[in-house]
Amino acid sequence: MPDATSIDDIPTLETADPPAASEGLLASMTRIRVFEDEVMKLFSLNLVRGSTHLCQGQEAVTVGVSSVMQPGDTMTCTYRGHGATLALGSDVDRCFGEILGRVGGLARGRGGSMHFIDPDRGALGSNAIVGGHLPLSAGAALSAKLLGTGSVCIAYSGDGSTNIGAFHESVNLAAIWKLPVVFVIENNQYGEYSPLASTTPIARLADRAIAYGIPGVFVDGNDVVSMAHVAGIAIERARRGEGPTLIEANTYRQQGHSRSDPATYRPAGELEYWLAKDPIENLRRAMARSGRWTDEQVDAIHTAVTAEVVEAKDRALTWPEPGADERLRDVYA
Amino acid sequence: MTQINYRQVIARAISDAMAEDDRVILIGEDVGAAGGAFKTTVGLFEEWGGDRVRDTPISEQAIVGAALGAAITGLRPIAEIMFADFAGVCFDQIVNQVAKYRYMSAGQVTVPLTIRMANGAGAGFAAQHSQAAENWFLNVPGLMIAVPSTVEDLYGLIRSAVRENNPVLVFEHKNLFALKGELPDKETGVVPLGVADVVRAGKDVTIVATQQMRHRAVEAAELLAAECIEATVIDPRTLVPFDDAAVVRSLEETSRLLVVQECPPGGSWGASLVSRMMTQHWELFDAAPVLISTDETPVPYGAAMEAAWLPSTERIVEAARTMVAY
Repeated sequence: MPDATSIDDIPTLETADPPAASEGLLASMTRIRVFEDEVMKLFSLNLVRGSTHLCQGQEAVTVGVSSVMQPGDTMTCTYRGHGATLALGSDVDRCFGEILGRVGGLARGRGGSMHFIDPDRGALGSNAIVGGHLPLSAGAALSAKLLGTGSVCIAYSGDGSTNIGAFHESVNLAAIWKLPVVFVIENNQYGEYSPLASTTPIARLADRAIAYGIPGVFVDGNDVVSMAHVAGIAIERARRGEGPTLIEANTYRQQGHSRSDPATYRPAGELEYWLAKDPIENLRRAMARSGRWTDEQVDAIHTAVTAEVVEAKDRALTWPEPGADERLRDVYA
Repeated sequence: MTQINYRQVIARAISDAMAEDDRVILIGEDVGAAGGAFKTTVGLFEEWGGDRVRDTPISEQAIVGAALGAAITGLRPIAEIMFADFAGVCFDQIVNQVAKYRYMSAGQVTVPLTIRMANGAGAGFAAQHSQAAENWFLNVPGLMIAVPSTVEDLYGLIRSAVRENNPVLVFEHKNLFALKGELPDKETGVVPLGVADVVRAGKDVTIVATQQMRHRAVEAAELLAAECIEATVIDPRTLVPFDDAAVVRSLEETSRLLVVQECPPGGSWGASLVSRMMTQHWELFDAAPVLISTDETPVPYGAAMEAAWLPSTERIVEAARTMVAY
């Protein structure tokens, strides 16, 4: 039986030199952070309909994983999925456009914040039903296996998803069929408003892997180097035909569940504790410590990415909304 | 011609679909080595192998969802969920995932997916194994629904479903498994979705019925003919899309509509059909339409209770007689 923490000696930003690719990793995480901050502003301007679920604080998970994916690999994610999609390289303006409900959006404004999809980049869709995309992820992996494409599907889900039946059915199916899928649990400590300990009787979600006879790995989800290392091993294992891995990425949702949630249920000091472990600051500090980047170089990344994101937002705001007639399209092929 | 029954023709249809397109796979509980819980997939595992004919765990959400994921990434899966009642276990996957996926993507993905399940009452399987579940899905845009009544239609609609670039639910009525017919031709036996079968033509009353009820409607029409009442019997074959035009053409002659269905009246395909015809073609009617349904209870087990629960041939005859006398 595989050990629940079957990847030893996971490198961290504390123990390892930041990789040469750190600039790209920092840019990608910053892009997501600035994007989400801008989405909050758009909300406050009443330019966004319905709800939205932001992922500030969780950027290292998706950026780390995406950094070791190959072209042709696929990805599914949750309604908190802006970061996962941006990390795969989706156009920032099209992402804004989708949230704004504009014709230039990823799905022409049909889906909104919870339904990002970008098949050309392997993003098979963010899903607004907790765990609802996990069976689909196994299916994408089944295609890869039967068609011999060599691709791997990354299936992100939240800690809360581990308590819904679709999670169990999907991981079990993937395990029994040895499908090339990697299940990445973004443990941001809360399922909606409920702290994990109030809904889940075990402390380590990675331990659930034992029940499926697959490797489970607990990793610091605020450390992009650790994330990339663990994901790389799991992805290559899947690509070799050895089946799925369950990764628990320990991270924190710096905002509330959705725009209507001020997160007053957090214990005193918790947010501050996690802000001190902010994934972007973690990487910036490591880059500075290494002496290979000056503060100016690191700051320049932030400045350039911020300008790029704001420009993309401004561009998306110029796009028209789809006409009412568009609602009748694409029900059937 | 070769005789074959409704049960056996399923494997033939799937096998011919697999021969036609190597992207077609079949997944479900015991569909492989065991040949299917109803022996509807006998021989497929031996013929096509375990990659394409795959036994799954008892995991309906995973079966339907995995088939969806495979469908949007290059395969043309057929998923079996055994008893149609079990669609309740994977309702989210069918109505929130499968049905909405193309729409939410603004047409960037297509879902060439067939979901087969065994439907209906009359064989003593009781409440959780007998419901005609097709009505659950009528209010879900994005799905197509096939309800074949004969060997030929079952073969032809499965073939169409697998060729279709949209999700199609195929309901196989398990009280028709022993029904015999001719083995359809691989090429000419494909039945298009959305085209009704006018089983019998008559000028006095239009009877619309599916699956088990279609056969009772034909039986009733023959009894009515002995009384010089000539009934048209229309089997829509698919509920989505529904061949309204075939019903309208018949109503233009008969002016009387009798719908027979194996389900309670509320939220049913028959109620919807009556509503559409009355609101869009009220000028065609000479009498109030009649909807014959089951009782508004779950399906009972005991033989007398189940027989009484299902609309009988006699009820159809009596209703037609009353309408024509009106």
